[in-house]
Amino acid sequence: MRRFLSLGLLCLLLLSVTVTAQAQTSATVDADDAAALELLEALDVRSYPAKGEAIIAILQSDDERARDWLQSLLDGRLQRADDGRFVVVLDNQGRDWPVADALTGEPLGEMSRRDLDRIGINNNLRNQLRSAIAVVDLYSPDVERRRTSATRLLGEVDEELAEPLGELIAAEDDTQVKRRLTQALAIYQVENGELEGVETLKGSLHPRVRVALSRAANDDDPIIADAANEALVSIEQNIKINRGLETLYFGLSLGSVLVLAAIGLAITFGVMGVINMAHGELIMLGAYTTWMMQQLLPGQPGLALILSIPAGFMVAALAGVAIERGVIQFLKGRPLETLLATFGISLILQQLVRTLISPLNRTVITPEWMSGSLVINDALSLTLNRMFVLGFALVVFAALMLIMRRTRLGLEVRAVTQNRAMARSMGIRATRVDIMTFALGSGVAGLAGVALSQLTNVGPNLGQNYIIDSFMVVVFGGVGNLWGTLVAGLSLGIINQVLEPWAGAVLAKIIVLVFIILFIQKRPRGLFPQKGRAAEG
Amino acid sequence: MMTQSSSSQFWLTRPFGERATQIFLGVLFAALLLVTVLHLAVPQGHPLHVNAYTVNLFGKYLSYALLAVAVDLVWGYLGILSLGHGAFFAIGGYAMGMYLMRQIGDRGTYGDPILPDFMVFLSWDSLPWYWLGFDMAWFAFAMVLLAPGLLALVFGFLAFRSRVTGVYLSIITQALTFALMLAFFRNEMGFGGNNGLTDFRELLGFNLRTNDTRLGLFIATGVALALGYILCRAIVTSKLGRVCVATRDAEARTRFIGYRVERFQLFVFVVSAMLAGLAGALYVPQVGIINPSEFSPIFSIEIVLWVALGGRATLYGAVIGAILVNYAKTIFTGVMPDAWLFALGAMFVLVTVFLPKGVAGLLLHLKRRKKPVTPPKEATA
Repeated sequence: MRRFLSLGLLCLLLLSVTVTAQAQTSATVDADDAAALELLEALDVRSYPAKGEAIIAILQSDDERARDWLQSLLDGRLQRADDGRFVVVLDNQGRDWPVADALTGEPLGEMSRRDLDRIGINNNLRNQLRSAIAVVDLYSPDVERRRTSATRLLGEVDEELAEPLGELIAAEDDTQVKRRLTQALAIYQVENGELEGVETLKGSLHPRVRVALSRAANDDDPIIADAANEALVSIEQNIKINRGLETLYFGLSLGSVLVLAAIGLAITFGVMGVINMAHGELIMLGAYTTWMMQQLLPGQPGLALILSIPAGFMVAALAGVAIERGVIQFLKGRPLETLLATFGISLILQQLVRTLISPLNRTVITPEWMSGSLVINDALSLTLNRMFVLGFALVVFAALMLIMRRTRLGLEVRAVTQNRAMARSMGIRATRVDIMTFALGSGVAGLAGVALSQLTNVGPNLGQNYIIDSFMVVVFGGVGNLWGTLVAGLSLGIINQVLEPWAGAVLAKIIVLVFIILFIQKRPRGLFPQKGRAAEG
Repeated sequence: MMTQSSSSQFWLTRPFGERATQIFLGVLFAALLLVTVLHLAVPQGHPLHVNAYTVNLFGKYLSYALLAVAVDLVWGYLGILSLGHGAFFAIGGYAMGMYLMRQIGDRGTYGDPILPDFMVFLSWDSLPWYWLGFDMAWFAFAMVLLAPGLLALVFGFLAFRSRVTGVYLSIITQALTFALMLAFFRNEMGFGGNNGLTDFRELLGFNLRTNDTRLGLFIATGVALALGYILCRAIVTSKLGRVCVATRDAEARTRFIGYRVERFQLFVFVVSAMLAGLAGALYVPQVGIINPSEFSPIFSIEIVLWVALGGRATLYGAVIGAILVNYAKTIFTGVMPDAWLFALGAMFVLVTVFLPKGVAGLLLHLKRRKKPVTPPKEATA
């Protein structure tokens, strides 16, 4: 309670100061360094209450460096050098720390940490500082800061803060901050039994709003309680819809991963009829290529990631060609033996990575433009990396479709798979087509690896985790049908995510597997069976 | 190998008709006898003494060999490449493990007279229904055969009825064992989660930690292998067996002739699953633990390698393969554990590309080249 009290007090003080400061021009902004030094000097005292007063003094000054000082004081980075200057430590690793002058902000090079004296604070001061910074931020010209600080205030408004808040809302021109502040004020009103607060809170999905409303639903005043209940019901409904959308998004994301992992298999298995159990390890190679690229280009994870798209494709494609030439070509027409041999290859590749790189997982950095999330509302935010992978999967799918339908290679591949002897007699070099097809399917596996490196751990077991799922997707969708793979992958992803909340992750997976096993009994050729002669055999 | 069994012989003697079978059974019993004598009669410290650890190890190999024979029955003679036989093996093992758990009684860490330790740990207050009856040996031993048999019956009925064969069947058997592995990893299933069942004490009143019990289990496994082998021979030399081979080589044609192919497939598949379950049940008391890793797809596919390495559709080849690969595994994991997966992977590739008929095929080839008329001797492991 004391914290809120001081918060309100600060706010009142600040308001008066800033309103005058805003009214004046920036003439006074160039604060006298001597005055600033005095403010900081006041901090360097023994007694904590005295420090508290000094903090309020800093707040009251209209110095624009005030926030930085408070923040560095909170972080323990505001220190005093032996020569009496106040400095901000930029990085406190090692023995010599780079510092900057607290007054001018100029870097002062490195200082030995023995020459520096930290200005200590205790927990009370820490709380006071946090609240102070939040309130200062409300007046910050930076919109982002105002937004964070306004969100912080939800449910923390007290009597003294309520009054200046009204004026702030009126003066605010960012709609988001305005809405947040209005909500913060409304929560306060609801707590005081004012009906109009409930009206304001109706559409909000923020958890703190819900807490306030459910508290109000138990209010003694039946009118307030009813209104709060009504608002809660509509909020719950709204949240349910958002949860559904979120599940759908996660399902599509998981589905896109499955599609990426399976689409290469749909080509090698579906079109060529080759069972490649090492497909998962080709995915793994793609993921490791990404990791390797990032090691080669330190500090530029984004560029490395973009470069790994062609690199991962090439690495996996070359590995695929090696597998095709080295083993699979000798096992033509013996699918079960191919299965065993490629399984052996997958063991060797896994162990190779374990021996050459490490049995432990490697971390692949997510570049900045891919991290974070797209906030739709308080209950729904979509992570960007998943969105990128979803988009990537669709692009890869479209490209494969184009290759199979519109290029010479695709035509030859279809010809060779439908009737090898006939195709050869028409002058198609079947062996070359085999190699190209296998390289294409393997390369796509590499692409899947590049994308997966952004979502999961990159380790020797990466491929193993996807191989069964990939085969399931291809068989479920119908062998030899790329559309089937897309539909199967996305729908399995969604089914899995829908089941997960009530069954748990493992049980959901089991249910999906059993479902596919039963489905294949019913329709052995999958969702979209191939028609005609090619389907036989 | 199918050619010489004539139609009107007695069904009792027919399984023994083949020379290889006689040699195999002879070698097997000689080996059992030799190990027993060397273990019991030769004093410890003598270079020829076989210690209890080795006896136990051989017992483990023999249970693997029985499992391999079961896989060879469906893969070699029926053309069904099951990548899920580890599941039947593990289920048989779990049935035995449940019996052994109930035998612990109140000697567990928590001293509960009925509940196994892990259930007390999960604070369950009573046995789940599917644990009932496993305190009785006859029931548990029946379940060793019936549980995997039932799973194979349901799975096979659905699969063969809708004519799921070849690669598709392989993939869904793999999915089956994968799903079971995930399920058994869950604590809620009531099978001990990822720790599985362990800390066994006694089997039918015999203390599992004594050397005599180990020797007894070794001999029992050897006898089971012999009986399983004879059963498989009886199946493959019968008319039914020939329909199976016909199905393997030309399924559609066999169907057109008028055979209900799926019934033959189902029967042999269920028998094979039961044999695998029996192998699992013999395996568990010898290694002292059963956990969900036996369900892992890799293990199942490894079994197939044993058969492929030994030689498909010979039965004795499966035994040779199982013992060779597992012996190599024991050596490798002891000397250089990192190299084992390389060796295993290389075996998969080399056997399928260069040795499609396995060691047995190689032996037959050598035999024919040396003495084309009378076969002198069949080598075994």
